[in-house]
Amino acid sequence: MNQRFLPLIATIIVFVVGYLFCALQFNHFATLRVVMNLLTDNAFIGIIAVGMTFVILSGGIDLSVGSIIAFTTVVLAVLIGSWHVNPWVAFAMVLVLGGAFGAGMGAIIHFFQLPPFIVTLSGMFLVRGLAFVISTESIPINHPLFAQLNDIVVVVPGGSHLTLIAMVMLVVLGIGTVLAHLTRFGTNVFALGGNRVSAQLMGVPIARTTISIYALSSLLAALSGIVFSLYTAAGYALAGTGVELDTIAAVVIGGTLLSGGAGHMLGSFLGVMIEGLIQTYISFDGTLSSWWTKIAIGVLLFMFIGLQRLLTVVWAAKASAPSRPASGKAAPADAAGPRPQRA
Amino acid sequence: MHLKKLMTTAALAALAIGAAAAAQAADKLTVGFVQIGAESGWRAAETKVSKQEADKRGIDLKISDAQQKQENEIKAIRSFIAQGVDAIFLAPVVATGWDPVLKEAKDAKIPVFLLDRNIETQDKSLYLTAVTSDAVLEGRTAGQWLAKQTNGKCNIVELQGTVGASVALDRQKGFVEGIAGHPDLKIIRTQSGDFTRAGGKQVMESFLKAENGGKNICAVYAHNDDMEIGAIQAIKEAGLKPGKDILTISIDGVPDIFKAMSEGEANASVELTPNMAGPAFDALIAYKKSGTAPPKWVQTETKLYLPDTATAEYTRRKDLY
Repeated sequence: MNQRFLPLIATIIVFVVGYLFCALQFNHFATLRVVMNLLTDNAFIGIIAVGMTFVILSGGIDLSVGSIIAFTTVVLAVLIGSWHVNPWVAFAMVLVLGGAFGAGMGAIIHFFQLPPFIVTLSGMFLVRGLAFVISTESIPINHPLFAQLNDIVVVVPGGSHLTLIAMVMLVVLGIGTVLAHLTRFGTNVFALGGNRVSAQLMGVPIARTTISIYALSSLLAALSGIVFSLYTAAGYALAGTGVELDTIAAVVIGGTLLSGGAGHMLGSFLGVMIEGLIQTYISFDGTLSSWWTKIAIGVLLFMFIGLQRLLTVVWAAKASAPSRPASGKAAPADAAGPRPQRA
Repeated sequence: MHLKKLMTTAALAALAIGAAAAAQAADKLTVGFVQIGAESGWRAAETKVSKQEADKRGIDLKISDAQQKQENEIKAIRSFIAQGVDAIFLAPVVATGWDPVLKEAKDAKIPVFLLDRNIETQDKSLYLTAVTSDAVLEGRTAGQWLAKQTNGKCNIVELQGTVGASVALDRQKGFVEGIAGHPDLKIIRTQSGDFTRAGGKQVMESFLKAENGGKNICAVYAHNDDMEIGAIQAIKEAGLKPGKDILTISIDGVPDIFKAMSEGEANASVELTPNMAGPAFDALIAYKKSGTAPPKWVQTETKLYLPDTATAEYTRRKDLY
């Protein structure tokens, strides 16, 4: 087992143990309905987490995603409700708008050599402000297509169902995983986050990759906005406040190194699920203040950052130690886990 | 692998325990309350009162605080559906966007009660009933009290709530209805104090200046207690005695107005009860027992409070807020 997967394994263990802990405490927790709820309720975060993973893998950050969700919902509500634009056309428009905005931010980050934090922070204010200028009220979207899309479900046993928005999230996750781990673009992103200078020397197209990363992140944020507008059937300028921070937390809990260069798409998804799990636990309990969600996420973040730091130090020590034969992959002795036993 | 086996065993154990526990708890009603947050004293009081009312009736109340976010409210509704609660109470943070999730509740045959605020929907069958106060009645009660108190002769100044807020419009409409039929009861000045103490004080100061230092004003009607408390301050600073030289009447029933009444500086307050859950619990129990659906709108009690009970009411309330 590659030790690079250690943070991901830690995330999987936290999720499984957390779920079992909840299931032991509450009836109805170990049901398909709870799993389906986790997927549906966190679909909009799951989608932006995919984009955010690319951004963080490349050593950047994107603070504008929450605002883009709000902006998208408001624009959709106005386009569809007041201007009577066909919803599909409106979806295409916001996706193009989102992608272009992200590409713009990526270009500014690359060509002006500015920190992504500042560029995306201004993007966040700009877009949120625009959303408020369009409307400060929550606007309902009553188009029949929205009801139809919300009715597209896969029925699962137990009276529950997999909703369309959950399916969208899973598809995005699948594409994101392939893109990150099996394509040239993904390799470039990892290289960029690992070491920018050596990536450049190796011939990674820095400009194109940077712009693509932020365009992708904003595009997915716009898609997440569409999902959010389906989720609430409304457009609201206050939607998605603080979602960017929840997403960054999810990506880091998912084992992606905040300084870039290491991580796994699946981990980010599990990070989102862990956050959802904590929220569900608190609703099931019904007596705890919901602000414990933030405390729990904070504690988890600390744990994972600590773990990352520890691993980085260990890796660095190993790398500088006199080279030993075999990096482990081929050597059977390295698989130190207990052998399967026959009962 | 060892680990895998262990996890499977644990998961199976969890399922078994879950099933056993589900079989046990059957007769006690469980209600999930999706609360907006704790943004105001009144909201916090509503949460506390809901807990007390649930305890009184032996109902298991689960509360989820949504931190003013709709997505959190939707998530909470879904987890309450997953838990199979007997009813969901919802204090909606915004009026729109509830149809998909309330449809899920309806499919799961869980009745939804709206507390304190209404929602915008084309399908009224998505909720069983809305328990809210009647803001027009509150205004009317205030107007009628003042008409009686002054024998139908008084120059009134009015401190309005936030411009365009439905509560403010309704409280104004009701008050005008309450004083109708008394030609000598006149609203001589009206302006918005934005529901805040500072706003109430500022507007009252300008009223006092404009009306001969307050000598022409016989009473001040405020759309909420906070503005009235600000106005009382302004009256005192102008050298007049609030509650005597200028009568006060306002709406909400927050602890500080009872304090002012017990000190003789305020005359009356119409309560907006934080007990929205009590009537909802009663409607739920009746619905579960006999299957009779409550009316689509359950109005909470509107009650006028006067200085004679102010001290007792203040001590009763100060821990709630």
